[in-house]
Amino acid sequence: MNPVAAPELQQQKRDFLKYVLGGGLLAWCAAVLYPVFSYLKPPKQAEVEVMSVKVGKVETIAKDSGTIVRFGTKPVILIRSAEGAFHAFAATCTHLDCTVQYRKDMGVIWCACHNGKYDLGGRNIAGPPPRPLDEFRVVVQGDEVFVSRKT
Amino acid sequence: MNARWQRLYAWLDERVHLGDLVQFLGKKYVPVHRHSVWYYFGGVTLFLFIIQVGTGILLLLYYKGSEQLAFESIQFIMSRVAFGWLIRSIHSWAANLFILAAVIHMFSVYFERAYRNPREVTWLTGMFMLFLGLGFGFSGYLLPWNELAFFATKVGTDIAGVLPLVGEPIMEFLRGGEDVTGATLTRFFGFHVAVLPGIFTFLLIIHLVLVQRQGMSEPLVAGEEKQRPMPFFPNFILRDLLLWLVVLNVLAILAVFFPWELGIKADPFASAPAGIRPEWYFLFMFQTLKYFPAHVFFLDGEVLGVLLFGAAGLLWLLVPFWDRKSPQGVHGRLVTNAGIVVVAYIIVLTILGWFL
Repeated sequence: MNPVAAPELQQQKRDFLKYVLGGGLLAWCAAVLYPVFSYLKPPKQAEVEVMSVKVGKVETIAKDSGTIVRFGTKPVILIRSAEGAFHAFAATCTHLDCTVQYRKDMGVIWCACHNGKYDLGGRNIAGPPPRPLDEFRVVVQGDEVFVSRKT
Repeated sequence: MNARWQRLYAWLDERVHLGDLVQFLGKKYVPVHRHSVWYYFGGVTLFLFIIQVGTGILLLLYYKGSEQLAFESIQFIMSRVAFGWLIRSIHSWAANLFILAAVIHMFSVYFERAYRNPREVTWLTGMFMLFLGLGFGFSGYLLPWNELAFFATKVGTDIAGVLPLVGEPIMEFLRGGEDVTGATLTRFFGFHVAVLPGIFTFLLIIHLVLVQRQGMSEPLVAGEEKQRPMPFFPNFILRDLLLWLVVLNVLAILAVFFPWELGIKADPFASAPAGIRPEWYFLFMFQTLKYFPAHVFFLDGEVLGVLLFGAAGLLWLLVPFWDRKSPQGVHGRLVTNAGIVVVAYIIVLTILGWFL
């Protein structure tokens, strides 16, 4: 072996081993962490896509009131104005996910969590909500009230 | 000592060298000065943690962590199990006193500059334990599965979700899905009784070993004449124990005369009730979020709020590394003023949140 080249060769060998072992260690960490992190993420649940929900008869829903309707897994608020007109919105506040309610005394849709207010058209008019509520369609067939997704 | 104990001691000493420990304790002193009273709050916090572990294990015997059974199992504990009402009430009260004691302990360390070199690691472990303590409070709050807790958890986890980029995955991880459901309860139960206690205990051991090894921090300005220090064992320990006894009595009085409410069972299809608010130690943040407008420049109000609180918390955590005055033996005005502003802010906003 050439005595001058020897230390260089040694260094190369050492570097080679360093990369192989270091790379192996990284790959090993990835192989351990990947399944763990994947496990932490909850799987998507198959949900039946709800398109429309029957709420009840018109006469059972009082004027100037709000009702929470179960729409699949989400709450929807059905408002009947003092004049008798129906509106429906996703009942989930656009601020931080609380469920809103109809406040007769204020004539607004109100979120108790951070005092957010929406008018009866679902527009955010006061407090912290950044966006209007998502609107749903209300259909009255005969004397039955249905709430359905806006398409 | 009677002969039997002496033999046991000799047997142990021969194997694990207890003598070193006894000698160490015998030489340990606690400084005495007009701020000495603050030294006791760390011990009180520790005591309340021990109470929480004890009562928590007792509650585990009957608690059922699922959406259908959680609320009913706590009703069962409170109405059917002998002294169940007491154990549950103590656990709830001690949780609140624990946070209170930890906060007092933290602020006293801050204002005394006890975090300064060489105790930075003690400060960091303490701050992390305080954050974990808030995590204990937040996760434990949901476990009865009542209406207030349900919406508090929705809001709290949604706040994590507003963070840019990492927010959404963190929120889903915490909730065990897109919404707060029974899956969230299962996860929070796991965090509350396994993950958090495990990490907390690890930090606590480091914290206590450091306190023992480095001794108590002395006040920065040694203007007053030095008083004779107090031996840690038995003088300080006995005072500690006496105070623990007082705390236990206060706890018992609170738990008996002001039993903790259970509220009504959570209903995912009910509106958030009026007057909803989080636990008092989150109130100042909650109240701040109410005042933030929907949009500030290009950011959503709550994003800005969360980022500001995050930044402030980080600065607070890192105070030993940016406080340049205390290593020179001076009470820096910046640190004092920042501390006063923070304390005043927390107190004012908490009061506003409580009464508005």
